[in-house]
Amino acid sequence: MMSDMEQPLLRVSNLGVNFRLEGGAVFEAVKGISFEVPKNATVALVGESGSGKSVSAMAVMRLLPKESAIVAPASEIFFEGSNLLKLSDEGIRAIRGKDISVIFQEPMSSLNPVFTVGDQIAEILCLHMGMSRAQAWRRAEELMYEVGIPDPRLRIKSFPHELSGGQQQRVMIAIAIACNPKLLIADEPTTALDVTIQKQILDLLAGLQERHRMSVLFITHDLAVVGEIAEHVVVMQEGEIKEQGTARQIFEAPRHAYTQALLSCRPNVNERPMRLAVIEDFLGAEGAVPIKLEQRRRGYRDDDEIVLEVRNLSKHFRLKDGIFKSRDIPAVKDASFKLARGKTLGLVGESGSGKTTVGLTLMRLHASSGGEVLFDGVDLLKLSEQDFMKYKRRIQIVFQNPYASLNPRFTVGQILIEPMTIHKLAASNQEAVDLAMALLGRVGLPEEAFYKYPHEFSGGQRQRIAIARCLTMKPDVLICDESVSALDVSVQAQVLNLLQDLQDEYRMSYIFISHDLAVVKYISDQVMVMSDGDVIEVANSDDIYLNPQQEYTRKLLGSIPRGWQNQAPG
Amino acid sequence: MSAVISQTIAASPRQRQSPGLWTLAWRRLKRDKVGMVSLVVVAFFLALMIASYLGIVAGNWSKEVGVSYAHPAFMAGEENFEAAQMGLSSSAADVPYADLSSVDPLAPRYREWEERTAKIMVTEAPRAETLLLGGDKWGRDVLQKAVKGAETSIFVGLTAALLATIFGTVLGGLSGYMGGRVGDVLEWFYNVFTSIPYILLILSFAAVLRQGLDTIIFILACTGWTGIYRLVRAEYIKHASREYVKAAQAIGATHQRRMFVHILPNVSHVSLVQLSQHVVQFIKAEVILSFLGLGVPVDAVSWGTMLAEAQTELVIGKWWQLAAAGVSMAILVTAFSMLTDSLRDALDPKMK
Repeated sequence: MMSDMEQPLLRVSNLGVNFRLEGGAVFEAVKGISFEVPKNATVALVGESGSGKSVSAMAVMRLLPKESAIVAPASEIFFEGSNLLKLSDEGIRAIRGKDISVIFQEPMSSLNPVFTVGDQIAEILCLHMGMSRAQAWRRAEELMYEVGIPDPRLRIKSFPHELSGGQQQRVMIAIAIACNPKLLIADEPTTALDVTIQKQILDLLAGLQERHRMSVLFITHDLAVVGEIAEHVVVMQEGEIKEQGTARQIFEAPRHAYTQALLSCRPNVNERPMRLAVIEDFLGAEGAVPIKLEQRRRGYRDDDEIVLEVRNLSKHFRLKDGIFKSRDIPAVKDASFKLARGKTLGLVGESGSGKTTVGLTLMRLHASSGGEVLFDGVDLLKLSEQDFMKYKRRIQIVFQNPYASLNPRFTVGQILIEPMTIHKLAASNQEAVDLAMALLGRVGLPEEAFYKYPHEFSGGQRQRIAIARCLTMKPDVLICDESVSALDVSVQAQVLNLLQDLQDEYRMSYIFISHDLAVVKYISDQVMVMSDGDVIEVANSDDIYLNPQQEYTRKLLGSIPRGWQNQAPG
Repeated sequence: MSAVISQTIAASPRQRQSPGLWTLAWRRLKRDKVGMVSLVVVAFFLALMIASYLGIVAGNWSKEVGVSYAHPAFMAGEENFEAAQMGLSSSAADVPYADLSSVDPLAPRYREWEERTAKIMVTEAPRAETLLLGGDKWGRDVLQKAVKGAETSIFVGLTAALLATIFGTVLGGLSGYMGGRVGDVLEWFYNVFTSIPYILLILSFAAVLRQGLDTIIFILACTGWTGIYRLVRAEYIKHASREYVKAAQAIGATHQRRMFVHILPNVSHVSLVQLSQHVVQFIKAEVILSFLGLGVPVDAVSWGTMLAEAQTELVIGKWWQLAAAGVSMAILVTAFSMLTDSLRDALDPKMK
């Protein structure tokens, strides 16, 4: 345990938070947790969606919604000796931003779109440090330089939408450290960012923590990130703390089954078991660790049947630039690849690399600007709309955002039956219903799900519904457009296992688009790396990870957070 | 892909239908006391309208059952000068006839005919001295007129609002979803309609078309669709770029299917609230038009015509027709407006 001689900076004791729901029900989000944040240290609060980690952090700052959140009276949050929960409104306002500050997950929504970034940094300086506007602007420029924004003198007058995601997050960090806080709460600050940018932000935070000697409470669901930066780790599940200790303890000798499960669920770049471990394997009756499964060998073989071949695919977007001019944006410049039957092609790249555009253009959800897509000997791009309908059901797509890709007004049953109605795949209504029920069972959802609405399901379950929707048409090719990126680590493992089972059973070919290199290596036979619309490298997945030919690929691989292994001796 | 999926489920699954948007909205509305009271009031007026249409009530609104300017029941004792005046002038006056024998060949026979007609008994139903809510200039029952007027005004309001909503929703959907040329043409159309002042547009239509109930409905629907169009178009633009629409495209749904089967259920709550709001607006508009004489034809009654008559009546102190029309209109419009607010709260899509 963390028994310091000095007082811890933050001591949370018996914190309980309930939420009032419609109709009088009460939901227990946090069930009496206790942890400490020592001075000048980084503590990671790890857990999946719904574990209560964000709620706990917001409770520290008293930022929970007043109408619905009830903090249990037995809770105590001591910051430098005083109980934050007992402070008046003015008292807590004086602390917020000055002694404790927060960085949120979505920088675009956290910054005010109508004020310049300079204004927003200066605001907190004027408020807490009593500076004049001119002084505040000067200090804002210094801060922007410190967080690594290039050209601070010019950028200080920009609006948030003119900056990239990584730069916006840096501005948020600048606002957060402006008044030299003693505690910085970072609520999933890198989840929405690319791998390379994530690495930069993590380095920045580590540097700032050292230089300013502040404590950081880092909230995340990604253990690999935690391993790199945290000294203490607190693992939460469903509102309770399952385990807490130093990072070394947690990573090398996890005691609780849940922690062990979290550590094993994530695909490791170095191995590729036949099945990914999921939480249920660890939380079984005996709590036994699953036996080491054999490794799956992947890669294209010479005798593989090619089911889809893309040659010189290109897609340009025209954007209006003023009244008469228009800009040409080449999203995909010249992409060529082959997809073998029953195998997976992984498409990797950062935001803006064009990987999603390739997927959408293949399916003719975007009109292509050139190239050929050969499927079954036919060029799909040259077909008329009517002729393409025959092929439409053979290439399907699962989108990224499980919360947006299902119609909120359709029941699951309606969602599943619709493709069968459109393509006339079922002889009668009853047959369609039976097929839909069978598919629900196949993807691991109960029968009752047929009558429910999408909002009653979690993200992972919604992705399964989306996969079931595609399966109703029995496609040959399934494009997974960042389908697991928005999911928690263990749910991601379940969905990946499901996809693998389906591929083994139905010999479907996948095009797996993602920015997560570890996941791509696990599931792909061949990997294609893209950047800025260009295809950088195409090779079998083992080859590309062990022996990257191109510089960009090496840089990408170097940004994967290596987790705890990095610091282990030897 | 092998067709492994052909297992049939033996027993029919339990029908545990989850509550949809409308069920949840209805439950939320039931918890809103103000909303329920407004709903009851509006339902009462609608029932009144149907009863009046079928002739169950206010069937004899045009019968002159009372004396002129009959007082309401609670003012029974007061004197009614106008009625007395009319009574005096209508009874046979003993005015000696002027001798017109030189110019009129029938003049000598007049006295004889007078005596004859006096012998014939004319049973004229005695006119009531007081009516429940009073009478107008001709002695027509104000209460019955108010009920009949309610029927006219509500019917016009409802039908016009329904037409305007359908028109606005369909055009808004087309414009928002299709964008491009189609959207531009519809936007131009919309701009033309909104650039002309509303009252002038209505008056010009009314002046050209034959007076009648269907004319008013047509006019109001043709000028009132613009607000709904704008809102529905915005909703369609927002939804057309959502992922579930792209997913529908990916499985092969046609444009019509995407517009009306996928997006419309997500947008229909906006249309409903707009419909409710426009009913109120059109009831008021109809009253104004009838007041100006451009609304219902002469033989029909509406709250507007009652208000128009009340103009001259008020000068001589007869306030009951104005009160009846005004109060009933105020109750309905207030109730409908509050119902609209409660509907909007109940249908709040933030829940999703």
